[in-house]
Amino acid sequence: MSENVVHIESKKLYITIWFVLLCFTALTTGVAYIDLGPFNTVVALVIAIFKASLVVFFFMHARHSERLVRVVIVCAVFWLLILISISTTDFATRRRIPEPRWFQNQPLILQHLQPGPTS
Amino acid sequence: MSSEAHATLVAEQFDDQVQQHQAASLGMWIFLCTEVLFFGGLLASYNIYRYLYFSAFETGSHHLAVVWGATNTAVLICSSLTMALAVRAAQMGKRNLLITFLVLTLIFGLAFLAIKFGFEWRHEYLDGLAPGVNFTYTGPNAHHVELFMFFYFALTGLHALHMIVGVGIMTGLIIMATRGAFSNGHCNAVEIAGLYWHFVDIVWIFLFPLLYLIGGRY
Repeated sequence: MSENVVHIESKKLYITIWFVLLCFTALTTGVAYIDLGPFNTVVALVIAIFKASLVVFFFMHARHSERLVRVVIVCAVFWLLILISISTTDFATRRRIPEPRWFQNQPLILQHLQPGPTS
Repeated sequence: MSSEAHATLVAEQFDDQVQQHQAASLGMWIFLCTEVLFFGGLLASYNIYRYLYFSAFETGSHHLAVVWGATNTAVLICSSLTMALAVRAAQMGKRNLLITFLVLTLIFGLAFLAIKFGFEWRHEYLDGLAPGVNFTYTGPNAHHVELFMFFYFALTGLHALHMIVGVGIMTGLIIMATRGAFSNGHCNAVEIAGLYWHFVDIVWIFLFPLLYLIGGRY
């Protein structure tokens, strides 16, 4: 558990990461002006995740942190992902299921009792 | 360093400085977890409404100035660099270097706030895109565009609030540093303030593409 040595990163590493972050900012801005259809969002998010990972690993010293801190980082990401993904599954699956074919030949009185056609 | 000096710098509940440092770091990381979910709630609902009203959100996004958003991203990335260098200076016990970098970080933070409030928010207000205050947009799906602007102001406002807190923390650190609180490598406060500052930068790294670059700008 004990990490007695304080890892002091080199200035050069910080400046390299800073430069890479700026390049990817320019990249994500530039890619937005190219028509990639739905992949615009995907590319933008992938670049953002990459930039955030660089900040977490190098600027926030996650690569020299003890295991417990890294577990905490993974937990934060995990909880965020399940929050977004599971609530998305609700909205992404709100489709009216069309009436089964056998139902469409029901007598009129039963049809009046059912909800109307899909909107 | 004598053991007396050590004893006064390690709080009573810790065995040694290493444990104190680890506890401080872990505490801040756990707080940042809660902050991830704080923004996460807003982002989850933003995601849902963007899914439902994509074209209106795209329209709203096109009213935002990418130039200012990208500039702000660059400003925050620079501030992260100066913050990391400030932590490094504190770890090496270099007081004047530490103060220099803390001041630079503070300046970058203030620049971000100036751009956000002075240029972006002011222009959006004058253009009639500020819901609840001055919203005069009348295109198709105006109410969904208004919803996008709600999210824009809520997300960037919450982020700006975190930035203001960060600026206050920087000010406190600068005052403490000038009084020599961070010599001899006792720099827990600077390190955990650095964690907070980098987190605020990360939030903006996500907000920029999510708000300004929806659906591309072609």
